[in-house]
Amino acid sequence: MFANLTIRQKQIAWAWAFLALPVLFYGVIRFYPTGNAILISFQDWNLLGSRTWAGWENYAKLWNDPVFWKVFVNTFEYLLIGTPLSLLISFVIAYHLDKVRFMHGFLRMLYFLPFMTSAVAMAWVWRWFYQPVPSGLFNKLLASVGIPQIEFLNSTTNALPAVLAPAIWAGLGFQIIIFMAGLRAIPTTYYEAARVDGVGWWTQLTQITIPLLRPTIVFIVVFSSIGFLRIFDHVFNMTTNNPGGPLDSTKPLVLMIYQTAFTSFDMGYAAAQTVVLFLILLIVSLAQLWILRSD
Amino acid sequence: MTTKARMAALAAGTAIWAAGASAQQVEIEYWQYFFDARVDAMEQLIASFEEANPDITVTMTTFPYADYRTKVAAAIPAGEGPDVVQLFYGWLNDYIEAGLIQPLPADAFPADRIDADFFPMVQAMKVDGEYWALPTAVRSLALFYNERLFEAAGIDGPPETLDELVEVAAQLTERDGAGNITQVGLTAGMTAQDHHWFREVLVRQFGGQPYADETAREVAYDSDAGRQALEFYVGLTEGEDAVSSIGFMDEPQAAFKAGRAGMHIDGSFRIGSLADTRGLNWGVAELPAGPDGTRSNYSSYWVNAITTKAEGERYDAAVKFMEYVTSDEAMQVWLDVVGELPAKPSVGMTDENANDPVYGPFIRGLEYANTTQFVNESAQREQMVQMVERITLEGQSVADSLTQAAQGEQAILDEANATN
Repeated sequence: MFANLTIRQKQIAWAWAFLALPVLFYGVIRFYPTGNAILISFQDWNLLGSRTWAGWENYAKLWNDPVFWKVFVNTFEYLLIGTPLSLLISFVIAYHLDKVRFMHGFLRMLYFLPFMTSAVAMAWVWRWFYQPVPSGLFNKLLASVGIPQIEFLNSTTNALPAVLAPAIWAGLGFQIIIFMAGLRAIPTTYYEAARVDGVGWWTQLTQITIPLLRPTIVFIVVFSSIGFLRIFDHVFNMTTNNPGGPLDSTKPLVLMIYQTAFTSFDMGYAAAQTVVLFLILLIVSLAQLWILRSD
Repeated sequence: MTTKARMAALAAGTAIWAAGASAQQVEIEYWQYFFDARVDAMEQLIASFEEANPDITVTMTTFPYADYRTKVAAAIPAGEGPDVVQLFYGWLNDYIEAGLIQPLPADAFPADRIDADFFPMVQAMKVDGEYWALPTAVRSLALFYNERLFEAAGIDGPPETLDELVEVAAQLTERDGAGNITQVGLTAGMTAQDHHWFREVLVRQFGGQPYADETAREVAYDSDAGRQALEFYVGLTEGEDAVSSIGFMDEPQAAFKAGRAGMHIDGSFRIGSLADTRGLNWGVAELPAGPDGTRSNYSSYWVNAITTKAEGERYDAAVKFMEYVTSDEAMQVWLDVVGELPAKPSVGMTDENANDPVYGPFIRGLEYANTTQFVNESAQREQMVQMVERITLEGQSVADSLTQAAQGEQAILDEANATN
């Protein structure tokens, strides 16, 4: 039967044969649970009993939940502080590291190391750094020079930046490596031509380097935005006693989903939050791709 | 007879013998979450039980705590799960609602006898006059104190009343030159056990009730007594004469373990980890009495129940097993191996147990202990945590913050009532 097919049909048949495994994989591991989650978001389910139909109830509850709006704002704070700041720092470091010849590999390794470290271990170490006296490193240093204590984590205003700092630091190594690869990919002939024309470093940076890094920047912005929108490990581990506290000031959406699902066992409500997170991720990613599109 | 025929006869004989044995042999499955000492204790209990009942085999399966509830929920409806299951007392209603467990038979577990035999807070397991689950062991709160720091400060013994508690704590508090606390008299933090201390102990000691009745579906602590209790609690950590600091050394038990806290209120489950701490000399006392001498305590526990999967001879075996794990003998094993307190006065209040220097104060506390019937313990705890945070971080008044917490918790209870 196979022999009777045209070459084109055979090609299609083979293509599907090779695609079968990934299609099956995505269907079972990705799309089926995604569809199921959307279905659960319209139901009430506490894991133990049967699922009952709830209609838009979970979404209405979400709309009227003050904690959700607090968490919504927090999530965007992580994104809007985290992404530009990490982009700027990693570019500055990569730009200069690219010019350094002395111990280049070692320095690059130092910057990359935090990326390979477990987020949980890192969060706990930073959590201890932030403690008040007598156990916290930062406050101990402040106390030793006579500066009043700073409440890092036990404060509704300082806690979010304090949690975000190690998260930015952890992601830096990866972004630096990507930036350096982008910098290396720019042909040196452009710079040579610029030098022949007597152009300064600032003009080189703004007219040659940054425009040619555009694809790299798009990649890093999208990638790190998704990362900050999904921030969880750092927040959860630095505030385990009171997850997302104090007074929900550090709680991101993913942590709220986790708590709703696995401490309150309100699966329908958690699924509704997940759908909202999915939509936010989708919109933010599409918007960034559209804004930073290369034309 | 040929060899072949002899073999066939032998095989047939074996088969008949095996069939006979399997008809008598009942196998039941027991599930609990994984915790070293609990698994050890249960293995001992199963061994003694199987010795007394040679026709019953008990297989124990354990799961990590985090997965436990999900596994049970998935397995029982599929007919795969345990015949006897361990669950947290606060989950009982969910399990009954979902049809995962069945009531204990009234002939083996008559309600009036259990009312009389067990410590009173176990009555929370009685729904519509029937017991659905029973504990082997229970936990309660007590005051841990650092003997070395007491000696250094010249204090004779642990405080008996709340006034003495504050007085002793003040003597144990140390500050650096800038006024930062470097050693607390008493640890504090609603994230640990203090939310139980506040609800079931302080509110009652100032003359109030945490909830309108024992089903705990209506918040009642937004009262004068509640305000006094909260003022007392917040007063420990606020102002010039604070004897405690929330978040001091990250966690209360860490501060106590590190020898930087004079006193610490915690559950009996902490005994094990403190006993292993080198260089720490500690003692235990009953929780301090209230202004009018009222004593109270909070107790929580894990219970065992028979699932709806157990039927026929497996059901009978499960009942026998339940009888054994709630026996006096099993409770003594559990106390010796796990360090959790016996659920019956007949075992707990023996001279040896009630006067034990470590377990004694916890066991004596059981006589006047109350249990909160949580619908969602972590969400209800969060209300207590945020109640204190609003006062300490945002400067809200005690009365307003208490009212807001009471409304928040009532909303959680109402939602649970609506779905159940």
